[in-house]
Amino acid sequence: MSEAVLTIKHLCAGYNGSEALKDVSFSVKPGDYLGICGPNGSGKSTLVKVVLGLLAPKAGEVSLFGTPQPDFAQWRRIGYLPQGLQFFNPDFPATVDEVVRLGRLSGKRFPRRFNREDAQAVDRTMEWMGISHIKGCMIGELSGGLRQRVLLARALVNDPALLVLDEPTTALDPETRESFYKLIFEMNRERKATVLLITHDTATIGKYASHLLYLDKKVIFYGDFDDFCKSREMTGFFGEHGQHLVCHRH
Amino acid sequence: MNISEMLSYGFMQRALIGGSLIAILCSVLGVFLVLRRLSLIGDGLAHVTFGSVALALFFRLHSFYMTLAIIPVVLVSAMGVLKIAQKARIYGDAAIGIVSAFGIATGVMLASIAGGFNVDLFSYLFGNILSISSSELVIAAVLFVIVITGVAIFYNELFASTFDEELARSSGINTERINQVLVLLTALTVVLAMKVVGIMLISALLILPAVSALQIAKGFKAAIVWAAGIGVSSVVVGISLSFVLNLPTGATIVMFNFAIFLIAFSTRALLLRRLP
Repeated sequence: MSEAVLTIKHLCAGYNGSEALKDVSFSVKPGDYLGICGPNGSGKSTLVKVVLGLLAPKAGEVSLFGTPQPDFAQWRRIGYLPQGLQFFNPDFPATVDEVVRLGRLSGKRFPRRFNREDAQAVDRTMEWMGISHIKGCMIGELSGGLRQRVLLARALVNDPALLVLDEPTTALDPETRESFYKLIFEMNRERKATVLLITHDTATIGKYASHLLYLDKKVIFYGDFDDFCKSREMTGFFGEHGQHLVCHRH
Repeated sequence: MNISEMLSYGFMQRALIGGSLIAILCSVLGVFLVLRRLSLIGDGLAHVTFGSVALALFFRLHSFYMTLAIIPVVLVSAMGVLKIAQKARIYGDAAIGIVSAFGIATGVMLASIAGGFNVDLFSYLFGNILSISSSELVIAAVLFVIVITGVAIFYNELFASTFDEELARSSGINTERINQVLVLLTALTVVLAMKVVGIMLISALLILPAVSALQIAKGFKAAIVWAAGIGVSSVVVGISLSFVLNLPTGATIVMFNFAIFLIAFSTRALLLRRLP
C-alpha cells in the first residue's frame, strides 16, 4: 500500500492557552477526498494551519507524505486555498498572472527565480481554470468568484498531490459554488489529487467527498461516507434527519 | 539661469545623481512598506537617525564618518522595532512609536548635554542635498547597489509576503526573515534619505511616490517602476526648482511629490467615474 499523504497522531493545538484541538488522530490515503465539517470554533481551521506549518502543535505528530511536519520541505506537492485573503486590499496592484505565478515559488530554493517552465505552467493552469482572458486584469477588480478562481489556480499551478481548501466557497453565490465543487472533484478524480476540504456546507459535501471528518475539538467521526450514513452512533449524534442531510444519499 | 549653467556646478551634479539614487531606493521600498502597512516605519527610523546623528555630533563626527557611524545604530534599532513587535506582543505601529520617541529623546538629551549643536542639527532635520560631498556620494552609490541587489534577490519573496503573508508561509517562505530584510534595507535607505529631505520629511519620500504609483499602475512590477520614476523626477525637479527659486530643497521635493500625488489621484478618480 502506498504511503499515507497525511498522518496525524494525538494532535493537540490551540492559541494562547485555549485548546482548539484535543487528541486528534487520523490518516488520509492518496486519492481520498476528505470533507472536514464541524460547528464554528470546532478547530477545523486550526487543523489546516497545523498541517500547513502555520501553527506549531502543542502535542502530537503530523506527517506529510511520510515526513514529519517540522522537516517537511516539499511545499510544491501541496496546494492551499484559504477562505479569502488575510487582509485583502482591493487596491493591491497585482495582475492575475502575477498572482498565479506566486504559486510556483513554493518549489524553489534561494534565490527564487521564475523560468520558462514556470511561465508554461502558469499559462496552462489559467487556461484550464478559464481565466486566461483576464490574465492582465488587476486582482482587486475581479468579482469574489473570479478572485477565488484565481487563487485556486495559484493553488493548482504546481499540480499538487494534496490540495487543502479552507471554506473556499463561503463568499460565493450558489451557482459559482457548484462549479467550484465540480472543479475540485475533477482534480480529485482525474488528476488523482488528495483533497482536504473544510466546509460548512454539509449538505453538498456528501455529493463529492469520499471520507468525512466531523470535528468538535476532538474527532466525532472519521471514516468513509457510507460508514457515516450507516452509523447508529451518528444517528444518535445528529438525529436521523441531520445524518441523512450530511449523507446526501437521499 | 539656464539648465546647462545649473548643471555646470559640481555640487548640482552630485546633488542630482545622489538624490536620484536615493529617490529610487525610497520609492521602491515604499511600495512594499505602504502595501504592508508599515509606512510609518520610515518615520520611526528617521527619528532614531536623529538620535544617532546627535550621538555622532557629540563625538564630533561629521558628514562621511557620521554616515558610517550611524548606519549600524539605525540597523540595530530597526531590528529592535521588529523584535519589540514580535516579542512584546504589541502592534507594529506601537513598536515604531516607542523606538521613535526613544530616538528623539536621545537626540534632544545629547544635544542639551553638548550645549546645543544648532546649525548642524538643523541641516539634518530638513536635509541639505546640495551639500552632499563626493565621499558621501560614494557611500550613497555603494548603499544603492547593496539595497537594489537585496530587493532584486528577494523580489519574489517580498512580493509574496506583501500579497498575503499566510499564503507565502504556506509556500515555505520564511516571512519573518523577509520582514527583517525589508526593514534592514529600509534602515539603510533612511540614513541616506536624511541627506536629501531631512529627518522630518523622510517618510514623504518613502510614501508619496509609492501611493502615487499605486493610483495608476497596473501590476506589481509596474507599480515599482512607476514609483521609481515618480521618485526620481520629483527629486530632479525639486532640486532644480529650489535652486532657481531659492527655496529649501527638501521641502520643494516633498511639495512637488504631493502635487504628483494629487494629479495621479484625480486622474484615477476621473477615469473611474467614466467607467460604466
